[in-house]
Amino acid sequence: MNPSNYLVLSAVLFTIGAMTVLLRRNAVIAFMGVELMLNATNLALVTFSRMNGDLVGQTLAFFVMVVAAAEVVVGLAIIVAIFRTRQSASVDDVNLMKG
Amino acid sequence: MSLDLLAALLVAVPLASAAVLLVLGRATDRWGHWLGVLASAASFVIGAVLALELLGRDAEARVLDVTLGRWFDAGQLAVDLGLRVDPLSITFVLLVTFVGTLIHVYSVAYMEHDASRRRFFAYLNLFVAAMLLLVLADSYLLLFVGWEGVGLASYLLIGFWNHNTAYAVAGKKAFVANRVGDIGLIVAMGLMLAATGSVGFTQVHAAAAGGAVSEGWLTAIGLMLLLAACGKSAQVPLQSWLGDAMAGPTPVSALIHAATMVTAGVYLVVRSAPVFDGAPTAQLVVVVVGAVTLVYGAVVGCAKDDLKKALAASTMSQIGYMMLAAGLGPVGYAYAIFHLVTHGFFKAGLFLGAGSVMHAMADSVDMRRFGGLARYLKVTVVTFGLGWLAILGVPPFAGFFSKDKIIEAAFVPVDGQPWRAWVFGAVTLLGAGVTAFYMSRLFFMTFFGRPRWDVPEEEARAATARAAGARTAGANASGAHASGAHAAGHHPHEAPALMRWPMIVLAAGSVALGLVLATTGFTTWLEPVTGHAEHEEPVLSVPVITTLTLLAVGAGLVLAYLRYVRDEVPVAAPAGSPLTRAARADLYQDAVNDAVLVGPGRALTGGLVVADRTAVDGAAVGVGRLAVGSGALARRVQTGLVRSYAATTLLGVVVLAGVVLALQA
Amino acid sequence: MSALAAAPVLGSAPVLTALAETLTETGRTTTGEAVLFWVIAPVMVVAALGLLFARKAVHAALSVVLVMISLAFLYVAQDAVFLGIVQVVVYTGAVMMLFLFVLMLVGVDASDTLVETIRGQRWIGWLAGVGLGAVLVGVVGGTVYAPATGLAEANADSNPVGVARLVFGEYVFAFEVVGALLVTAALGALVLTHHERLLPRRGQRERADARVKAGATLTPPPAPGVYAQRNAMDVPALDPQGRPLEHSVSRVLRARGQAADAPPVLPAADADEGSRR
Repeated sequence: MNPSNYLVLSAVLFTIGAMTVLLRRNAVIAFMGVELMLNATNLALVTFSRMNGDLVGQTLAFFVMVVAAAEVVVGLAIIVAIFRTRQSASVDDVNLMKG
Repeated sequence: MSLDLLAALLVAVPLASAAVLLVLGRATDRWGHWLGVLASAASFVIGAVLALELLGRDAEARVLDVTLGRWFDAGQLAVDLGLRVDPLSITFVLLVTFVGTLIHVYSVAYMEHDASRRRFFAYLNLFVAAMLLLVLADSYLLLFVGWEGVGLASYLLIGFWNHNTAYAVAGKKAFVANRVGDIGLIVAMGLMLAATGSVGFTQVHAAAAGGAVSEGWLTAIGLMLLLAACGKSAQVPLQSWLGDAMAGPTPVSALIHAATMVTAGVYLVVRSAPVFDGAPTAQLVVVVVGAVTLVYGAVVGCAKDDLKKALAASTMSQIGYMMLAAGLGPVGYAYAIFHLVTHGFFKAGLFLGAGSVMHAMADSVDMRRFGGLARYLKVTVVTFGLGWLAILGVPPFAGFFSKDKIIEAAFVPVDGQPWRAWVFGAVTLLGAGVTAFYMSRLFFMTFFGRPRWDVPEEEARAATARAAGARTAGANASGAHASGAHAAGHHPHEAPALMRWPMIVLAAGSVALGLVLATTGFTTWLEPVTGHAEHEEPVLSVPVITTLTLLAVGAGLVLAYLRYVRDEVPVAAPAGSPLTRAARADLYQDAVNDAVLVGPGRALTGGLVVADRTAVDGAAVGVGRLAVGSGALARRVQTGLVRSYAATTLLGVVVLAGVVLALQA
Repeated sequence: MSALAAAPVLGSAPVLTALAETLTETGRTTTGEAVLFWVIAPVMVVAALGLLFARKAVHAALSVVLVMISLAFLYVAQDAVFLGIVQVVVYTGAVMMLFLFVLMLVGVDASDTLVETIRGQRWIGWLAGVGLGAVLVGVVGGTVYAPATGLAEANADSNPVGVARLVFGEYVFAFEVVGALLVTAALGALVLTHHERLLPRRGQRERADARVKAGATLTPPPAPGVYAQRNAMDVPALDPQGRPLEHSVSRVLRARGQAADAPPVLPAADADEGSRR
């Protein structure tokens, strides 16, 4: 089996994550789509690491995880704050920047 | 005390007094008028001291240039705040402050019952200060400051009773007409700067006299100066404001619109003698303007039934004499100023007399409702009569010495062109006769004949109907004018002492001033400024001219006597000939102005407004609409919806990646 | 559930290493790895699609957990043992639990449905998604790869040690910065969720005091139908004088105009007559 299959899987997961962001109105689910995209990226990085035979790719994936953790903390806090004020978790209800 | 400081004080004292009266306001109501009188008198004393100082010098040294400091410095143009005390300016100073002081005193009584007398005196002081600055300035620019200052004071005083709309409008009219003239002065200064690089008298006159400036430039400058003079001195074609300016209180008419401010134009022309000497064409225009105004004023004066307006027309006519003389060159400058001084005295006296009459007649000015006042106003009739004789030019009264000389000068051929001597000589001669007629008419209608102030309104109407006869009855303006106060019985009474004494002093001047000045060599005294005139022979011999003048004057006087003393004066004005009706309407000056200037001006501004609304505003609003419209379009993209933005981003990424890949493939 | 899934993986380290060894020798994939991949990959894709199509947010979250545990398997299969462990601990253990907590907090609302509210968004989403997938798969599939090197050499001192050398060596600065980022994020979350009380708390006592002070009616409002002909909801109660009390009927009914106008049982005149008899 060619390792590039991992890359194809990564691409498919990434696409599904992106579509989740586009199509789901629930902020939490959309956010999970973002996480899915990050995880797909990590898979690609790990695969590249293996192909190249050095651990830099894994290190990068590690950093992505840490940053993603930080992002999740802040993102969920924002969602909770918005829900408190608007009683809604829909991303479409937050459109104060409408022109 | 140094002379420099004295010269500065001359202007500063009345200015400070005006400032005190205006700034302290009602706090000065009780003594403010006396402060005004004091300030004016102080200026006169200072002026007299300076005059004595000048008299004590040699003729060549009779110029005192006072530099108070640098006014402003703008690149190549540097203007000093400088005053010039010389025979011409000190003559004006003495005239302005002396007559001014008398009129201040007169006003104390005349304005006694006016609630804002203090404000009146503040304006009078402001006028005196501005007028002194005008005549003392040593550059056209500083002169312009005074020029505008007197214009402002004139405006404020004409509209002093501005609660009366007509008076306020009259003030505005004077202001606007003066602005037209001011444009002339500004353009003249611009031309001077272009031609000589300076606006100082010394530099400009040296350049003009030295031939450094071409005749074309001098003509242009001269004509622009003449325009300015026309505006200020109510000369044709800018004459229309003077009659309406009589809306101001009578002392104002006496001081500003008879004795001093309106003569500023003559001063300007005489002061600019070197410029005009180098521009014969401009001089000819000055003479023509003077001659036309002379006749114009005289004709209007013959028809007016309003005492003050008749006097105003007379003023216009007399200034026409001065202007004509000033246009004759060195031969006439001195006589222009001479006549200006004597006219200042007797015309001020006449106006004060008119004020006294109005005081006696409950502010009425309709001469047709006067008559027989000589019996009641004994002092006034004497002082007025002396002024009347002076303006007629009857020897040995003041006018004889000044006006006769102007007529003589007009008969002197200029540049060897006898036609000019004949034409202008004849005009002045005719003017003298007409002057005699209308002044006598005025004098007789007011003081002699049957008293008409108690004629009831109904009888007046009947008289009108009789006079009109078969013609259209009662179609005249003065009939309506003769209503109101007349219905009540009048009890004419002489004015209080404060009003009488100034009249007496001015009457004394009307009697003696001409003789005194003529015998003491007034024209020689002015020579440092006006230049020496070679004696030239008029086309007629002098005794002939004098005789003809006196004959013309006598004819006018007799005609007036026949018509207004021997014949009954109708209380309501008869319809009169077309000329009379035209003259009553100031020869349709307002209609002409309306048709020639106001109408087209309104049409032009109306057109501009339309053009502005449609084209300019349209363009501006269109740009705005375009921006708003495109903004509204762009706004629709900004939905505020995160998912739309994300979709856009992702589509962009896809498209970009697709393009990159396609390019690589 | 995630804990259950993670249990066998975390259970024993020897099992893990053995699995890794059987799956990979060099950069080339073994048959065992291929089998693992072809079993796990469809499961992952289906679970990921669950994220896209699940009606309930909790189902979506659980499918994401499944995807992440599967990813951990794939990491281990690719000689990234350390990352596989971290994936399970951080993502399934911490992040997804956090998601579930928030889901519980937020509750279920209309945004869970799949009904699209933005016009054209569905088409654009699908278009963009398919386009993106096509581009990515096209690129990945179209690239020619050099023979895979494998991590045998890099993992000579075991995989965590190798990663640690990089993280604490070459990338130590980035590591410090990321540490600072985490602290900042924690503080940020605190600030964002902190709710400062601007006014003192208004309890039952405070509200009652306010009502007395305002002079409002202390007793409960009259119930509808009292003393009326019928004691239905829409019939106003009658006061002692027999007049209807409009405010006894529910505000909603009054607003809808459904309140019955109940005439007084005994008009004043009748009442007088009655008393005389």
